[in-house]
Amino acid sequence: MTWDEMWALMGPATQETFQMVGVSAVFTVLLGLPLGILLVLTDKGGLLANRAVNKGIGFVVNLARSVPFIILMIALISFTRWLVGTSIGWQAATVPLTIGAIPFFARLVETSVREVDGGLVEAVQSMGAGTWTIVRKTLLPEALPGIVASITTTVITLIGYSAMAGTVGGGGLGTLAVNYGYQRFETAFMWAIVAELVIIVTAVQLIGDFAVRRLSHRGRTGGRTRLFGRGPAGPAAGDKDLVAS
Amino acid sequence: MITTTDLTKVYRSRGREVTALAGVDLHVRPGEVYGVVGTSGAGKSTLIRCVNMLERPTSGTVTVDGAELTALSGGENRAGRELREARRRIGMVFQHFNLLSSRTVQQNVELPLEIIGLDRTQRRRKAAELLDLVGLGDKARSYPNQLSGGQKQRVGIARALAGDPKVLLSDEATSALDPETTRSILKLLRDLNQQLGLTVLLITHEMDVIKSVCDSAALMRGGRVVESGELTDLLAKPGSELARELFPLSEFGTGHAGSTVLEITFQGDTSAQPFVSQLARTYQIDINILGAAVETIAGRMVGRMRVELPGGHQDNVVPIGYLREQGLQVDVLGAVDGAVA
Repeated sequence: MTWDEMWALMGPATQETFQMVGVSAVFTVLLGLPLGILLVLTDKGGLLANRAVNKGIGFVVNLARSVPFIILMIALISFTRWLVGTSIGWQAATVPLTIGAIPFFARLVETSVREVDGGLVEAVQSMGAGTWTIVRKTLLPEALPGIVASITTTVITLIGYSAMAGTVGGGGLGTLAVNYGYQRFETAFMWAIVAELVIIVTAVQLIGDFAVRRLSHRGRTGGRTRLFGRGPAGPAAGDKDLVAS
Repeated sequence: MITTTDLTKVYRSRGREVTALAGVDLHVRPGEVYGVVGTSGAGKSTLIRCVNMLERPTSGTVTVDGAELTALSGGENRAGRELREARRRIGMVFQHFNLLSSRTVQQNVELPLEIIGLDRTQRRRKAAELLDLVGLGDKARSYPNQLSGGQKQRVGIARALAGDPKVLLSDEATSALDPETTRSILKLLRDLNQQLGLTVLLITHEMDVIKSVCDSAALMRGGRVVESGELTDLLAKPGSELARELFPLSEFGTGHAGSTVLEITFQGDTSAQPFVSQLARTYQIDINILGAAVETIAGRMVGRMRVELPGGHQDNVVPIGYLREQGLQVDVLGAVDGAVA
Protein backbone atom coordinates (compact mmCIF):
# COMPACT_ATOMS: atom_id res chain seq x y z
CA MET A 1 0.00 0.00 0.00
CA THR A 2 1.47 3.33 -1.00
CA TRP A 3 1.30 6.59 0.90
CA ASP A 4 -1.02 8.03 -1.73
CA GLU A 5 -3.44 5.16 -1.30
CA MET A 6 -3.30 5.61 2.48
CA TRP A 7 -3.96 9.34 2.27
CA ALA A 8 -6.89 8.81 -0.04
CA LEU A 9 -8.50 6.57 2.57
CA MET A 10 -7.47 8.48 5.66
CA GLY A 11 -8.79 11.86 4.55
CA PRO A 12 -12.49 11.00 4.43
CA ALA A 13 -12.16 8.69 7.44
CA THR A 14 -10.63 11.48 9.52
CA GLN A 15 -13.47 13.75 8.50
CA GLU A 16 -15.97 11.13 9.57
CA THR A 17 -14.28 10.73 12.94
CA PHE A 18 -14.37 14.48 13.49
CA GLN A 19 -18.04 14.66 12.56
CA MET A 20 -18.90 11.71 14.76
CA VAL A 21 -16.96 13.03 17.76
CA GLY A 22 -18.02 16.65 17.19
CA VAL A 23 -21.74 15.96 17.03
CA SER A 24 -21.58 13.56 19.98
CA ALA A 25 -19.57 16.07 22.04
CA VAL A 26 -22.09 18.85 21.41
CA PHE A 27 -25.04 16.71 22.51
CA THR A 28 -23.07 15.28 25.42
CA VAL A 29 -22.36 18.77 26.74
CA LEU A 30 -25.92 19.97 26.14
CA LEU A 31 -27.44 17.07 28.03
CA GLY A 32 -24.67 16.14 30.46
CA LEU A 33 -24.06 19.65 31.82
CA PRO A 34 -27.55 20.14 33.28
CA LEU A 35 -27.44 16.59 34.61
CA GLY A 36 -24.13 17.20 36.39
CA ILE A 37 -25.38 20.45 37.90
CA LEU A 38 -28.59 18.77 38.98
CA LEU A 39 -26.53 16.09 40.73
CA VAL A 40 -24.90 18.80 42.85
CA LEU A 41 -28.04 20.87 43.47
CA THR A 42 -30.21 17.97 44.55
CA ASP A 43 -27.58 16.48 46.84
CA LYS A 44 -27.94 16.67 50.61
CA GLY A 45 -27.45 20.26 51.71
CA GLY A 46 -27.69 21.47 48.11
CA LEU A 47 -29.78 24.35 46.86
CA LEU A 48 -32.50 22.01 45.60
CA ALA A 49 -31.82 19.16 48.04
CA ASN A 50 -34.05 16.28 47.07
CA ARG A 51 -33.00 12.82 48.10
CA ALA A 52 -35.31 10.95 45.73
CA VAL A 53 -34.30 12.91 42.63
CA ASN A 54 -30.62 12.76 43.54
CA LYS A 55 -30.64 9.02 44.13
CA GLY A 56 -32.67 8.53 40.95
CA ILE A 57 -30.28 10.44 38.72
CA GLY A 58 -27.28 8.90 40.46
CA PHE A 59 -28.65 5.43 39.85
CA VAL A 60 -29.30 6.01 36.15
CA VAL A 61 -25.86 7.55 35.71
CA ASN A 62 -24.12 4.67 37.45
CA LEU A 63 -26.17 2.14 35.51
CA ALA A 64 -25.26 3.72 32.19
CA ARG A 65 -21.62 3.94 33.15
CA SER A 66 -21.37 0.30 34.11
CA VAL A 67 -22.53 -0.97 30.72
CA PRO A 68 -19.47 -1.55 28.49
CA PHE A 69 -19.65 0.71 25.47
CA ILE A 70 -19.54 -2.09 22.92
CA ILE A 71 -22.57 -3.71 24.56
CA LEU A 72 -24.35 -0.36 24.83
CA MET A 73 -23.84 0.17 21.12
CA ILE A 74 -25.41 -3.16 20.25
CA ALA A 75 -28.21 -2.75 22.78
CA LEU A 76 -29.10 0.62 21.30
CA ILE A 77 -29.27 -0.52 17.67
CA SER A 78 -33.06 -0.44 17.39
CA PHE A 79 -33.24 2.88 19.25
CA THR A 80 -30.61 4.32 16.92
CA ARG A 81 -32.49 3.10 13.87
CA TRP A 82 -35.67 4.71 15.18
CA LEU A 83 -33.88 7.99 15.91
CA VAL A 84 -31.67 8.50 12.82
CA GLY A 85 -33.17 5.95 10.42
CA THR A 86 -30.06 3.77 10.15
CA SER A 87 -27.72 1.81 12.36
CA ILE A 88 -24.70 2.07 10.06
CA GLY A 89 -22.34 4.99 9.44
CA TRP A 90 -21.03 7.87 11.51
CA GLN A 91 -24.46 9.46 11.98
CA ALA A 92 -25.73 6.29 13.62
CA ALA A 93 -22.62 6.02 15.78
CA THR A 94 -23.30 9.42 17.37
CA VAL A 95 -26.32 8.02 19.24
CA PRO A 96 -24.54 5.40 21.38
CA LEU A 97 -21.51 7.68 21.65
CA THR A 98 -23.63 10.47 23.13
CA ILE A 99 -25.57 8.18 25.43
CA GLY A 100 -22.37 6.52 26.59
CA ALA A 101 -20.59 9.83 27.23
CA ILE A 102 -23.40 11.74 28.99
CA PRO A 103 -23.09 9.98 32.37
CA PHE A 104 -19.30 10.13 32.19
CA PHE A 105 -19.37 13.86 31.49
CA ALA A 106 -22.10 14.50 34.06
CA ARG A 107 -19.91 13.00 36.80
CA LEU A 108 -16.97 15.17 35.74
CA VAL A 109 -19.19 18.27 35.76
CA GLU A 110 -20.49 17.29 39.18
CA THR A 111 -16.94 17.17 40.52
CA SER A 112 -16.05 20.57 39.02
CA VAL A 113 -19.18 22.27 40.35
CA ARG A 114 -18.66 20.76 43.79
CA GLU A 115 -15.25 22.40 43.93
CA VAL A 116 -16.82 25.87 43.88
CA ASP A 117 -16.39 27.33 47.36
CA GLY A 118 -19.62 27.20 49.34
CA GLY A 119 -18.78 30.66 50.68
CA LEU A 120 -19.33 32.12 47.21
CA VAL A 121 -22.80 30.63 47.02
CA GLU A 122 -23.51 32.06 50.45
CA ALA A 123 -22.23 35.49 49.43
CA VAL A 124 -24.47 35.54 46.37
CA GLN A 125 -27.41 34.33 48.46
CA SER A 126 -26.81 37.19 50.85
CA MET A 127 -27.21 39.54 47.86
CA GLY A 128 -30.70 38.19 47.41
CA ALA A 129 -30.11 35.85 44.47
CA GLY A 130 -32.36 32.90 43.73
CA THR A 131 -31.22 29.41 42.77
CA TRP A 132 -31.19 30.01 39.02
CA THR A 133 -29.15 33.19 39.41
CA ILE A 134 -26.69 31.36 41.65
CA VAL A 135 -26.24 28.64 39.03
CA ARG A 136 -25.90 31.07 36.15
CA LYS A 137 -23.78 33.76 37.79
CA THR A 138 -21.73 31.79 40.28
CA LEU A 139 -21.61 28.03 39.92
CA LEU A 140 -21.17 27.92 36.12
CA PRO A 141 -18.63 30.75 35.72
CA GLU A 142 -16.60 29.62 38.72
CA ALA A 143 -16.60 25.98 37.60
CA LEU A 144 -15.92 26.88 33.96
CA PRO A 145 -12.20 25.99 33.91
CA GLY A 146 -13.06 22.59 35.41
CA ILE A 147 -15.93 22.12 32.98
CA VAL A 148 -13.66 22.91 30.01
CA ALA A 149 -11.12 20.39 31.31
CA SER A 150 -13.99 17.89 31.57
CA ILE A 151 -14.99 18.59 27.98
CA THR A 152 -11.39 17.92 26.90
CA THR A 153 -11.35 14.59 28.72
CA THR A 154 -14.76 13.71 27.32
CA VAL A 155 -13.76 14.52 23.73
CA ILE A 156 -10.67 12.35 24.09
CA THR A 157 -12.79 9.54 25.51
CA LEU A 158 -15.19 9.99 22.59
CA ILE A 159 -12.32 9.62 20.13
CA GLY A 160 -11.50 6.33 21.82
CA TYR A 161 -15.13 5.20 21.75
CA SER A 162 -15.50 6.27 18.12
CA ALA A 163 -12.72 3.90 17.10
CA MET A 164 -14.63 1.13 18.80
CA ALA A 165 -17.78 2.16 16.99
CA GLY A 166 -15.74 1.65 13.84
CA THR A 167 -15.52 -2.08 14.51
CA VAL A 168 -19.26 -2.46 14.06
CA GLY A 169 -19.66 -0.26 11.03
CA GLY A 170 -19.52 3.15 12.63
CA GLY A 171 -17.18 4.57 10.01
CA GLY A 172 -14.23 6.84 10.62
CA LEU A 173 -10.65 5.94 11.48
CA GLY A 174 -11.74 2.96 13.59
CA THR A 175 -13.38 1.22 10.65
CA LEU A 176 -10.31 1.91 8.55
CA ALA A 177 -7.97 0.42 11.14
CA VAL A 178 -10.10 -2.70 11.49
CA ASN A 179 -10.74 -3.22 7.79
CA TYR A 180 -7.19 -2.65 6.59
CA GLY A 181 -4.95 -3.09 9.57
CA TYR A 182 -6.66 -6.06 11.20
CA GLN A 183 -8.42 -7.90 8.39
CA ARG A 184 -5.92 -7.28 5.58
CA PHE A 185 -2.75 -7.32 7.69
CA GLU A 186 -1.70 -3.86 6.50
CA THR A 187 0.33 -3.33 9.65
CA ALA A 188 2.04 -0.19 8.38
CA PHE A 189 -1.33 1.38 7.58
CA MET A 190 -2.63 0.54 11.02
CA TRP A 191 0.34 2.24 12.63
CA ALA A 192 -0.22 5.27 10.46
CA ILE A 193 -3.77 5.47 11.78
CA VAL A 194 -2.58 5.00 15.36
CA ALA A 195 -0.06 7.81 14.83
CA GLU A 196 -2.80 10.06 13.50
CA LEU A 197 -4.98 9.34 16.52
CA VAL A 198 -2.07 10.15 18.84
CA ILE A 199 -1.66 13.49 17.09
CA ILE A 200 -5.38 14.26 17.27
CA VAL A 201 -5.64 13.36 20.97
CA THR A 202 -2.52 15.35 21.82
CA ALA A 203 -3.83 18.36 19.95
CA VAL A 204 -7.20 18.18 21.72
CA GLN A 205 -5.47 17.98 25.10
CA LEU A 206 -3.21 20.93 24.31
CA ILE A 207 -6.08 23.08 23.09
CA GLY A 208 -8.14 22.14 26.13
CA ASP A 209 -5.33 22.92 28.55
CA PHE A 210 -4.70 26.23 26.84
CA ALA A 211 -8.37 27.15 27.16
CA VAL A 212 -8.36 26.20 30.86
CA ARG A 213 -5.33 28.36 31.48
CA ARG A 214 -6.95 31.30 29.77
CA LEU A 215 -10.18 30.92 31.72
CA SER A 216 -8.67 30.30 35.12
CA HIS A 217 -8.07 33.36 37.26
CA ARG A 218 -7.36 31.50 40.43
CA GLY A 219 -4.00 31.56 42.15
CA ARG A 220 -2.57 28.67 40.22
CA THR A 221 -3.10 27.94 36.56
CA GLY A 222 -5.69 25.26 36.19
CA GLY A 223 -4.49 22.89 33.54
CA ARG A 224 -1.16 21.19 33.21
CA THR A 225 0.05 19.90 29.92
CA ARG A 226 -0.30 16.17 29.92
CA LEU A 227 1.30 14.70 26.87
CA PHE A 228 2.12 11.26 28.09
CA GLY A 229 0.58 10.87 31.48
CA ARG A 230 -2.96 10.08 30.43
CA GLY A 231 -5.39 9.87 27.63
CA PRO A 232 -6.35 7.11 25.28
CA ALA A 233 -4.06 7.23 22.30
CA GLY A 234 -5.46 5.01 19.64
CA PRO A 235 -7.92 2.13 19.76
CA ALA A 236 -5.94 -0.06 22.17
CA ALA A 237 -5.84 2.59 24.87
CA GLY A 238 -9.42 3.40 24.05
CA ASP A 239 -10.41 -0.11 25.11
CA LYS A 240 -8.68 0.31 28.42
CA ASP A 241 -10.37 3.65 28.99
CA LEU A 242 -13.73 2.15 28.35
CA VAL A 243 -13.24 -0.51 30.98
CA ALA A 244 -12.11 2.13 33.42
CA SER A 245 -15.09 4.37 32.82
CA MET B 1 -32.21 48.79 63.36
CA ILE B 2 -31.51 45.15 64.10
CA THR B 3 -33.43 43.44 66.84
CA THR B 4 -33.43 39.81 67.76
CA THR B 5 -35.70 38.46 70.44
CA ASP B 6 -35.18 35.17 72.18
CA LEU B 7 -33.34 33.78 69.17
CA THR B 8 -32.48 30.11 69.36
CA LYS B 9 -30.80 27.80 66.90
CA VAL B 10 -30.52 24.08 67.45
CA TYR B 11 -28.67 21.86 65.01
CA ARG B 12 -29.81 18.30 64.74
CA SER B 13 -27.61 15.69 63.18
CA ARG B 14 -27.91 11.96 63.62
CA GLY B 15 -30.12 12.25 66.63
CA ARG B 16 -27.78 14.59 68.45
CA GLU B 17 -28.76 18.14 69.24
CA VAL B 18 -26.33 21.01 69.43
CA THR B 19 -27.59 24.32 70.71
CA ALA B 20 -25.74 27.13 68.96
CA LEU B 21 -27.98 29.95 70.18
CA ALA B 22 -29.84 29.74 73.46
CA GLY B 23 -32.13 32.74 73.53
CA VAL B 24 -30.27 35.78 72.22
CA ASP B 25 -31.72 39.26 72.57
CA LEU B 26 -29.79 41.84 70.63
CA HIS B 27 -30.65 45.42 69.96
CA VAL B 28 -28.58 47.38 67.48
CA ARG B 29 -29.52 51.04 67.20
CA PRO B 30 -29.48 52.88 63.87
CA GLY B 31 -26.11 54.32 62.95
CA GLU B 32 -24.00 52.51 65.48
CA VAL B 33 -21.21 49.98 65.14
CA TYR B 34 -22.12 46.99 67.25
CA GLY B 35 -19.60 44.29 67.96
CA VAL B 36 -20.30 40.78 69.12
CA VAL B 37 -17.24 39.18 70.64
CA GLY B 38 -16.63 35.68 71.88
CA THR B 39 -14.41 32.66 71.51
CA SER B 40 -15.01 30.26 68.64
CA GLY B 41 -18.03 28.10 69.33
CA ALA B 42 -19.75 30.83 71.32
CA GLY B 43 -22.44 31.09 68.64
CA LYS B 44 -21.56 34.50 67.25
CA SER B 45 -21.18 33.25 63.68
CA THR B 46 -24.55 31.51 63.85
CA LEU B 47 -26.03 34.71 65.24
CA ILE B 48 -24.88 36.94 62.38
CA ARG B 49 -25.96 34.36 59.80
CA CYS B 50 -29.38 34.28 61.40
CA VAL B 51 -29.73 38.02 60.89
CA ASN B 52 -30.07 37.65 57.10
CA MET B 53 -31.49 34.13 57.31
CA LEU B 54 -28.48 32.36 55.84
CA GLU B 55 -29.34 30.19 58.83
CA ARG B 56 -32.98 30.00 59.76
CA PRO B 57 -33.37 30.27 63.54
CA THR B 58 -35.17 27.49 65.34
CA SER B 59 -37.27 30.02 67.24
CA GLY B 60 -37.35 33.71 68.04
CA THR B 61 -37.62 36.71 65.75
CA VAL B 62 -35.23 38.85 63.74
CA THR B 63 -36.24 42.34 62.70
CA VAL B 64 -34.07 44.42 60.39
CA ASP B 65 -35.07 47.98 59.58
CA GLY B 66 -38.66 47.37 60.59
CA ALA B 67 -39.11 44.17 58.58
CA GLU B 68 -39.51 40.95 60.47
CA LEU B 69 -37.37 38.57 58.44
CA THR B 70 -38.34 35.51 60.43
CA ALA B 71 -41.89 36.00 59.16
CA LEU B 72 -40.83 35.81 55.50
CA SER B 73 -41.12 32.50 53.73
CA GLY B 74 -38.34 30.31 52.46
CA GLY B 75 -35.73 28.05 53.95
CA GLU B 76 -32.02 28.63 54.15
CA ASN B 77 -31.40 27.69 50.56
CA ARG B 78 -34.76 28.39 48.99
CA ALA B 79 -35.51 31.93 49.99
CA GLY B 80 -38.85 33.35 48.97
CA ARG B 81 -39.08 36.50 46.88
CA GLU B 82 -39.72 38.79 49.84
CA LEU B 83 -36.76 37.43 51.77
CA ARG B 84 -34.53 37.80 48.72
CA GLU B 85 -35.59 41.41 48.40
CA ALA B 86 -34.98 42.03 52.10
CA ARG B 87 -31.50 40.55 51.76
CA ARG B 88 -30.69 43.06 49.03
CA ARG B 89 -30.93 45.77 51.65
CA ILE B 90 -28.48 44.03 53.97
CA GLY B 91 -24.82 44.04 52.95
CA MET B 92 -22.50 41.33 54.16
CA VAL B 93 -18.73 40.94 54.23
CA PHE B 94 -16.95 37.69 54.95
CA GLN B 95 -13.76 36.49 56.59
CA HIS B 96 -12.54 34.88 53.38
CA PHE B 97 -13.88 37.67 51.15
CA ASN B 98 -15.85 35.28 48.93
CA LEU B 99 -15.11 37.13 45.71
CA LEU B 100 -15.78 35.41 42.40
CA SER B 101 -12.43 34.47 40.88
CA SER B 102 -13.91 34.46 37.38
CA ARG B 103 -14.92 38.11 37.57
CA THR B 104 -12.86 41.27 37.65
CA VAL B 105 -13.03 43.57 40.64
CA GLN B 106 -15.56 45.77 38.86
CA GLN B 107 -17.68 42.82 37.79
CA ASN B 108 -17.67 41.53 41.35
CA VAL B 109 -19.03 44.84 42.59
CA GLU B 110 -21.59 44.83 39.77
CA LEU B 111 -22.91 41.40 40.71
CA PRO B 112 -25.45 42.52 43.34
CA LEU B 113 -26.56 45.25 40.92
CA GLU B 114 -27.15 42.62 38.23
CA ILE B 115 -29.28 40.72 40.72
CA ILE B 116 -31.26 43.85 41.49
CA GLY B 117 -31.69 44.36 37.76
CA LEU B 118 -29.87 47.62 37.06
CA ASP B 119 -28.85 48.28 33.48
CA ARG B 120 -25.26 48.23 32.30
CA THR B 121 -24.51 51.96 32.41
CA GLN B 122 -25.99 52.40 35.87
CA ARG B 123 -24.06 49.38 37.10
CA ARG B 124 -20.80 50.72 35.77
CA ARG B 125 -21.29 54.14 37.28
CA LYS B 126 -22.25 52.72 40.66
CA ALA B 127 -19.35 50.26 40.69
CA ALA B 128 -16.87 53.01 39.83
CA GLU B 129 -18.26 55.19 42.64
CA LEU B 130 -18.01 52.39 45.16
CA LEU B 131 -14.49 51.44 44.15
CA ASP B 132 -13.43 55.05 44.56
CA LEU B 133 -15.09 55.09 47.96
CA VAL B 134 -13.03 52.13 49.18
CA GLY B 135 -9.87 53.46 47.51
CA LEU B 136 -9.57 50.92 44.72
CA GLY B 137 -10.57 53.00 41.73
CA ASP B 138 -7.46 51.91 39.83
CA LYS B 139 -8.01 48.18 40.34
CA ALA B 140 -11.34 47.89 38.53
CA ARG B 141 -9.96 45.63 35.81
CA SER B 142 -7.85 43.39 38.06
CA TYR B 143 -8.89 39.92 39.06
CA PRO B 144 -9.21 39.08 42.76
CA ASN B 145 -6.19 36.77 42.70
CA GLN B 146 -4.04 39.78 41.74
CA LEU B 147 -5.00 41.64 44.93
CA SER B 148 -3.71 41.53 48.49
CA GLY B 149 -5.96 40.40 51.34
CA GLY B 150 -6.74 43.95 52.39
CA GLN B 151 -7.62 44.96 48.84
CA LYS B 152 -9.85 41.90 48.48
CA GLN B 153 -11.73 42.87 51.61
CA ARG B 154 -12.14 46.40 50.26
CA VAL B 155 -13.72 44.90 47.15
CA GLY B 156 -15.90 42.79 49.46
CA ILE B 157 -17.01 45.93 51.26
CA ALA B 158 -17.67 47.80 48.00
CA ARG B 159 -19.75 44.84 46.82
CA ALA B 160 -21.69 44.74 50.08
CA LEU B 161 -22.53 48.41 49.70
CA ALA B 162 -23.72 48.12 46.11
CA GLY B 163 -27.38 47.75 46.98
CA ASP B 164 -27.31 50.88 49.19
CA PRO B 165 -27.93 48.86 52.33
CA LYS B 166 -28.74 50.46 55.64
CA VAL B 167 -27.16 47.58 57.48
CA LEU B 168 -23.79 45.96 57.00
CA LEU B 169 -23.03 42.57 58.53
CA SER B 170 -19.38 41.76 59.00
CA ASP B 171 -18.53 38.12 59.67
CA GLU B 172 -14.95 38.19 61.02
CA ALA B 173 -14.01 40.54 58.18
CA THR B 174 -10.53 41.23 59.52
CA SER B 175 -9.65 37.84 60.99
CA ALA B 176 -7.69 36.74 57.93
CA LEU B 177 -5.72 39.99 57.73
CA ASP B 178 -2.50 41.19 59.31
CA PRO B 179 -2.68 43.83 62.08
CA GLU B 180 -1.88 46.81 59.88
CA THR B 181 -4.39 45.85 57.19
CA THR B 182 -6.91 45.12 59.94
CA ARG B 183 -6.52 48.68 61.15
CA SER B 184 -7.06 50.15 57.70
CA ILE B 185 -10.14 48.01 57.07
CA LEU B 186 -11.58 48.93 60.47
CA LYS B 187 -10.95 52.57 59.73
CA LEU B 188 -12.80 52.17 56.43
CA LEU B 189 -15.75 50.59 58.22
CA ARG B 190 -15.76 53.42 60.74
CA ASP B 191 -15.62 56.03 57.95
CA LEU B 192 -18.47 54.38 56.07
CA ASN B 193 -20.46 54.23 59.28
CA GLN B 194 -20.00 57.95 59.76
CA GLN B 195 -20.26 59.11 56.13
CA LEU B 196 -23.21 56.97 55.09
CA GLY B 197 -24.89 56.54 58.45
CA LEU B 198 -24.48 52.83 57.96
CA THR B 199 -25.40 50.55 60.84
CA VAL B 200 -22.74 47.89 61.26
CA LEU B 201 -23.08 44.60 63.09
CA LEU B 202 -19.78 42.82 63.29
CA ILE B 203 -18.61 39.67 64.95
CA THR B 204 -15.04 39.08 65.96
CA HIS B 205 -12.89 37.15 68.38
CA GLU B 206 -10.48 40.05 68.77
CA MET B 207 -11.03 42.56 71.54
CA ASP B 208 -8.92 45.06 69.61
CA VAL B 209 -11.60 45.22 66.92
CA ILE B 210 -14.23 46.05 69.52
CA LYS B 211 -11.92 48.60 71.08
CA SER B 212 -11.12 50.44 67.88
CA VAL B 213 -14.46 50.68 66.03
CA CYS B 214 -17.44 49.70 68.15
CA ASP B 215 -19.90 51.94 69.93
CA SER B 216 -21.58 49.01 71.61
CA ALA B 217 -20.61 45.44 72.25
CA ALA B 218 -21.98 42.13 73.39
CA LEU B 219 -20.01 39.29 74.89
CA MET B 220 -21.20 35.83 73.90
CA ARG B 221 -20.52 32.57 75.65
CA GLY B 222 -22.19 29.21 75.15
CA GLY B 223 -24.87 30.57 72.83
CA ARG B 224 -25.90 33.38 75.16
CA VAL B 225 -25.14 37.06 75.45
CA VAL B 226 -23.60 37.36 78.89
CA GLU B 227 -23.04 41.10 78.81
CA SER B 228 -23.91 43.91 76.43
CA GLY B 229 -24.16 47.66 76.24
CA GLU B 230 -22.44 50.80 75.08
CA LEU B 231 -18.70 50.67 75.59
CA THR B 232 -18.59 53.89 77.58
CA ASP B 233 -21.27 52.53 79.94
CA LEU B 234 -19.55 49.18 80.22
CA LEU B 235 -16.28 50.81 81.16
CA ALA B 236 -18.05 52.73 83.90
CA LYS B 237 -19.74 49.59 85.20
CA PRO B 238 -17.95 48.04 88.16
CA GLY B 239 -17.05 44.42 87.60
CA SER B 240 -17.83 44.48 83.89
CA GLU B 241 -16.28 41.48 82.21
CA LEU B 242 -16.11 43.22 78.84
CA ALA B 243 -14.46 46.27 80.35
CA ARG B 244 -11.86 44.09 82.02
CA GLU B 245 -11.19 42.32 78.71
CA LEU B 246 -11.01 45.61 76.85
CA PHE B 247 -8.74 47.10 79.38
CA PRO B 248 -6.73 44.50 81.20
CA LEU B 249 -4.61 45.70 84.11
CA SER B 250 -4.10 42.33 85.72
CA GLU B 251 -0.38 42.24 85.13
CA PHE B 252 0.12 45.27 87.33
CA GLY B 253 1.26 44.96 90.95
CA THR B 254 -1.23 44.29 93.73
CA GLY B 255 0.29 46.46 96.44
CA HIS B 256 1.80 45.94 99.87
CA ALA B 257 0.42 44.70 103.17
CA GLY B 258 -1.61 47.24 105.12
CA SER B 259 -2.47 49.40 102.15
CA THR B 260 -5.55 50.01 100.01
CA VAL B 261 -5.48 49.43 96.30
CA LEU B 262 -7.82 51.42 94.07
CA GLU B 263 -8.55 51.11 90.40
CA ILE B 264 -9.47 54.44 88.93
CA THR B 265 -11.12 54.66 85.53
CA PHE B 266 -11.41 58.01 83.84
CA GLN B 267 -13.01 59.01 80.56
CA GLY B 268 -13.00 62.03 78.31
CA ASP B 269 -12.43 65.35 80.08
CA THR B 270 -11.61 63.89 83.47
CA SER B 271 -8.42 62.49 82.04
CA ALA B 272 -7.10 66.01 81.73
CA GLN B 273 -7.30 66.62 85.51
CA PRO B 274 -4.15 66.15 87.55
CA PHE B 275 -6.11 64.26 90.21
CA VAL B 276 -3.20 62.28 91.60
CA SER B 277 -1.20 65.32 92.64
CA GLN B 278 -4.37 67.07 93.84
CA LEU B 279 -5.17 64.09 96.02
CA ALA B 280 -1.66 63.93 97.41
CA ARG B 281 -1.63 67.66 98.19
CA THR B 282 -5.11 67.83 99.68
CA TYR B 283 -4.82 64.85 101.99
CA GLN B 284 -1.07 64.79 102.52
CA ILE B 285 -0.79 61.13 101.54
CA ASP B 286 1.81 59.25 99.57
CA ILE B 287 0.32 57.66 96.50
CA ASN B 288 2.05 54.75 94.90
CA ILE B 289 1.11 54.25 91.25
CA LEU B 290 1.11 50.53 90.48
CA GLY B 291 0.17 50.81 86.85
CA ALA B 292 -1.70 52.92 84.34
CA ALA B 293 -2.85 52.83 80.76
CA VAL B 294 -4.65 55.22 78.45
CA GLU B 295 -6.45 54.09 75.32
CA THR B 296 -8.94 55.37 72.82
CA ILE B 297 -12.11 53.32 73.01
CA ALA B 298 -15.20 54.10 70.93
CA GLY B 299 -13.50 57.32 69.90
CA ARG B 300 -12.99 58.51 73.47
CA MET B 301 -9.95 58.69 75.65
CA VAL B 302 -10.21 56.21 78.47
CA GLY B 303 -7.62 55.66 81.14
CA ARG B 304 -7.27 53.30 83.99
CA MET B 305 -4.86 53.57 86.85
CA ARG B 306 -4.13 51.32 89.77
CA VAL B 307 -2.88 53.16 92.84
CA GLU B 308 -1.94 52.18 96.34
CA LEU B 309 -2.86 54.33 99.34
CA PRO B 310 -1.33 53.79 102.75
CA GLY B 311 -3.63 52.40 105.44
CA GLY B 312 -6.76 50.29 105.35
CA HIS B 313 -10.03 51.04 103.61
CA GLN B 314 -11.46 52.95 106.58
CA ASP B 315 -8.50 55.29 106.62
CA ASN B 316 -9.12 56.13 102.98
CA VAL B 317 -12.88 56.70 102.85
CA VAL B 318 -12.43 60.44 102.54
CA PRO B 319 -9.87 60.40 99.70
CA ILE B 320 -12.00 57.86 97.81
CA GLY B 321 -15.02 60.09 98.22
CA TYR B 322 -12.98 63.00 96.91
CA LEU B 323 -11.99 61.04 93.80
CA ARG B 324 -15.58 60.01 93.12
CA GLU B 325 -16.63 63.65 93.43
CA GLN B 326 -14.24 64.44 90.60
CA GLY B 327 -16.29 62.22 88.29
CA LEU B 328 -13.88 59.33 88.44
CA GLN B 329 -14.92 55.72 88.69
CA VAL B 330 -13.17 54.13 91.66
CA ASP B 331 -13.11 50.41 92.34
CA VAL B 332 -11.61 49.36 95.64
CA LEU B 333 -9.72 46.18 94.98
CA GLY B 334 -9.51 45.53 98.71
CA ALA B 335 -7.14 46.20 101.50
CA VAL B 336 -4.11 44.00 101.34
CA ASP B 337 -3.35 41.35 103.94
CA GLY B 338 -5.73 41.33 106.82
CA ALA B 339 -6.31 45.07 107.10
CA VAL B 340 -9.91 45.94 107.93
CA ALA B 341 -11.91 46.13 104.75
